[in-house]
Amino acid sequence: MFELITNLDFTPFLLSFKLASITTVILFILCLPLAWYLANTKSKLKPYIETITALPLVLPPSVLGFYILISLSSNSPFGSYLDEVFDIQLAFTFNGLVVASIFYSLPFMVQPLQNGFESLNKNMIESSYIAGKSIITTIFKVALPNIKPALLTALVITFAHTIGEFGVVLMVGGSIEGQTRVASIAIYELSEGMDYTNAHIYSAFMLIISFIVLLSVYMFNAKQKQKLVGFK
Amino acid sequence: MIHIDIKKPLLGVDGFMQLDINININKNEFIVISGNSGSGKTTLLRCLAGLEECSGTIKVDNILWQDNTNKLKVQKRDIGFVFQSDALFMNMNVLDNLLYVNNDMTLALRLLDMTNMSSFQKTMPANLSGGQKQRVSICRALMKRPNILLLDEPFSALDNNIKSKLYTELLQIHNEFNLTTIMVSHDLNEVYALASRHIILDNGIIKKDENLSELLNNIEVKEQIQLDAKILKIININNQKHAIVNINNKFINIKLNNNKCKVGDNLIILSELFI
Repeated sequence: MFELITNLDFTPFLLSFKLASITTVILFILCLPLAWYLANTKSKLKPYIETITALPLVLPPSVLGFYILISLSSNSPFGSYLDEVFDIQLAFTFNGLVVASIFYSLPFMVQPLQNGFESLNKNMIESSYIAGKSIITTIFKVALPNIKPALLTALVITFAHTIGEFGVVLMVGGSIEGQTRVASIAIYELSEGMDYTNAHIYSAFMLIISFIVLLSVYMFNAKQKQKLVGFK
Repeated sequence: MIHIDIKKPLLGVDGFMQLDINININKNEFIVISGNSGSGKTTLLRCLAGLEECSGTIKVDNILWQDNTNKLKVQKRDIGFVFQSDALFMNMNVLDNLLYVNNDMTLALRLLDMTNMSSFQKTMPANLSGGQKQRVSICRALMKRPNILLLDEPFSALDNNIKSKLYTELLQIHNEFNLTTIMVSHDLNEVYALASRHIILDNGIIKKDENLSELLNNIEVKEQIQLDAKILKIININNQKHAIVNINNKFINIKLNNNKCKVGDNLIILSELFI
């Protein structure tokens, strides 16, 4: 058993973690202002933006993957522009996987952050403005520290969801060893090739990691709720 | 001097109405604004703070805070604001709530001392009582050393005992910091205990604007008062009938010399006044 594990190729896992880490960081930077805007705006555009950000939740991954692949391929105006001007090819590359993951995991970052911001006491936020503080200071010093459970949920679920990605990754990245062959693709190929022993080990590894990650989130959130309610 | 001449369409209790306010407020006045729910009291306060949009002009000491083309940001207005609900920063302890506004430790400690909150410096807001939270809110509102203090029904959720202590503290702060204070309140006790001027709003317009010192001086001097009471229960103590009587929700035990009294009877009690 020990020999099996030591001989295991961990490259797909490392690729998955790399993809998930980069996607999570980029999505956090992009979604923080978007979630703040959606939580505070009274614009008529709000439901349209919310629908677009939620689409990846309901669209079949193959549909999403198909459109992303078409848009990124060098035959498309966007793909050929990137190729000609910047010499960047996205289809069937790791960078393409990052772009696809950003679309695919978008709702998992936006929605918890938006719900967290919406749950904040509006008077608390206004108190910060009255104190002379800018929106950015208010977000980082007051809003984010008061939505720690939502923040952690957004980060961890985005990370975990990107690791578990399959359909979009297969469509946009294929299975190129060391580049786009992430853990979920590797498991698919192992079971296709009837290598059930390694498929079992890979799957068990994914299962254990997912369980630990989710358990930590729920335990942290329970602790935070107790803190916010206070004790007398 | 604060000059307010603003208009804003509002959804009141009886449908749409127009908040239409035109007043001048002198420096160091303590104004209490009252009126029915939905009459525009809180909106007036929020427009002055810059938290809500409205049309018209607001001028403070000849500085234009807003007209129909320009609007001074809420961050730039010289105000402190105490909200009705608890609006403390829940992630910071009491002292950090104050220092977040202005990193002036001397002022923070002085304010906490004035409001008897010195021993709660490291306490988190979730562990404070309602009265303690409002004391911290008042301290925090003053950390910017504002000239104008706005309070939106700050004591409405507190019991009478704590309220009267807070009146004293608020008046002391108002005087020591030379503030112009504008407070929204439904409670007439607060009007008489705190205000130098009382404004009553009705459907978005000023229905009454009265000077409290004149009003208090004109209250009739009395040496005797008449109280209405009701007998709730008649009990026997050492073969003597006693009536348990309710006077304004205070319960009093009165020895009865009249055997005709019964439960439910209304009484008139006369009392001499002296202190």
